[in-house]
Amino acid sequence: MIPSLIRKFHKVILSRNLWDIIKFLIILGIIYWIISTGSDKLNYNWQWYRVKQFLYTFDQGSFTVGPLLQGLWVTLKITFFSLFLALALGLTTSIFRLSNSMVAGLVARTYVEVIRNTPLLIQLLFNYFVLSPILGISPFMTAVLTLSLFEGAYASEIIRAGIQSIDKGQWEAAQSSGLNRMQTYFYIIIPQAYRFLVPPLTNQSVSLVKDSALVSTIAIYDLTMQGQVIISNTFLTFEIWFTVAAIYLAVALIITLVVSILEKRLQGKKVPVKTF
Amino acid sequence: MSVYKKIMIALLMVMFMAPAAHSSQIRSQLTQESTLEQILKRGVIRVGMSTFVPWAMQNKEGEFIGFEIDVATRLAQDMGVRVEFIPTRWSGIIPALLTGKFDVIIGGMGIRPDRNLKVNFSIPYDHTGMSMVAHQEKAKGFSSLEDFNRSDVTVAARLGTTAAAAAGDFLPKASLRLFDDEAQAVQELLNGRVHAVVASAPLPAFQALMHPNRLFVPFEGTFTKEPIGFAVRKGDPDTLNFFDNWIRFVQADGWLEKRKKYWFETRDWEDQIK
Repeated sequence: MIPSLIRKFHKVILSRNLWDIIKFLIILGIIYWIISTGSDKLNYNWQWYRVKQFLYTFDQGSFTVGPLLQGLWVTLKITFFSLFLALALGLTTSIFRLSNSMVAGLVARTYVEVIRNTPLLIQLLFNYFVLSPILGISPFMTAVLTLSLFEGAYASEIIRAGIQSIDKGQWEAAQSSGLNRMQTYFYIIIPQAYRFLVPPLTNQSVSLVKDSALVSTIAIYDLTMQGQVIISNTFLTFEIWFTVAAIYLAVALIITLVVSILEKRLQGKKVPVKTF
Repeated sequence: MSVYKKIMIALLMVMFMAPAAHSSQIRSQLTQESTLEQILKRGVIRVGMSTFVPWAMQNKEGEFIGFEIDVATRLAQDMGVRVEFIPTRWSGIIPALLTGKFDVIIGGMGIRPDRNLKVNFSIPYDHTGMSMVAHQEKAKGFSSLEDFNRSDVTVAARLGTTAAAAAGDFLPKASLRLFDDEAQAVQELLNGRVHAVVASAPLPAFQALMHPNRLFVPFEGTFTKEPIGFAVRKGDPDTLNFFDNWIRFVQADGWLEKRKKYWFETRDWEDQIK
């Protein structure tokens, strides 16, 4: 009885999980210590109690959304629209790049290289101050388009790699059963490739959430911009940036979690076989 | 006198003496740790600023010129130290001062109660006011501040400035677009996205002169009056006292007035930046 307990105890102690948890707690402690001593040195006057009103106010049974949550809503809207556009762009671009047409390949290549080799901030400012007055696009649409173009270029590379990972035999089999190129993509290749695509594309959507913070530079009232405005009025620098960072972290983690649940669901399923 | 009484008296004496000794210690420690002392030890005064025409601008060689720059340079000269300018985004300039990135903000900072809760201000060495420049087509026929206070009007200003605060106070119905620098706010106006830009005088008037066929000044003069001071960290009386009296000193000898006239009332410096 007793020896077996001791053995079990040893097992738990020596198990990597517990050791990992301990390491994690130690690191958390160190980070907390650094921040708290740092702020002591700065004589920073923490006023966490002032933060709540910027998230929401609950007054006499009526609930009002504060500027930070309004900003979060704008951030989510931008992310949502951009994600769809980026995926559509990415898929189109990767198909262009893999096509036999010289022109389509060149267009796709140029687009991807230009976007990937210039900073997003510069693209955003260029599109906002130079292109959008000419084309007459609203600031919000400018932000969505810029982010879609940017993330779409990365998504196209991911999708291309996924498509190329499918065995050549699949293409040949599809062609011999009389499917044309587009049918082959949609019935044979993409249904098999999407499993490889889900994890990197999830990463990309998390990047999109974080990159959307840059739209604050073109005066769109997203989460970051609302944070900046609150700080410029109240100087609650540390508290507001911590809160904003925590909100971004929560959004990113939720996306990751939802996708991992979806993945588990999908893994049990077989790829539906179309009969023609 | 019993031994017991002697001990009591000795104890009492120590109790009264200790605070006296302690406070003189604190005083010398304060003097030692004051920003003023740090500047003299370092031989460099680090000045936090941000570009505002004509307070601080970059000339063709990339050097800083402007009214603030003259003030900070003269201040350093009178202290016998070198001056180092640290350009900082205006929206983050107070946190940067609080975290010790520089010794003082000399950047045309308006003295406002909400700012004063976080930093200490010197006596004013300058006064400024807000004015406006508007888009000729979008704001056609607008001739007073009230004309802009409508829900279908959009104005641009710079984030974290008194201009942004004034736009919020005086034009509560208008929507406000905030940018990190004035050049972007003016570009927004030139692109016809906003009706007007609110900024410290004389920038709006300058912009109207530069783009006579697109922009105009809807009404003359300024609609606020704001004192401008140096900002320093709290709990440092020595530094504040020095700056206050330095301002009185350059005011008395007329130097400050001369520099103000040069930068705000003449355009002799224009060829330096173009």
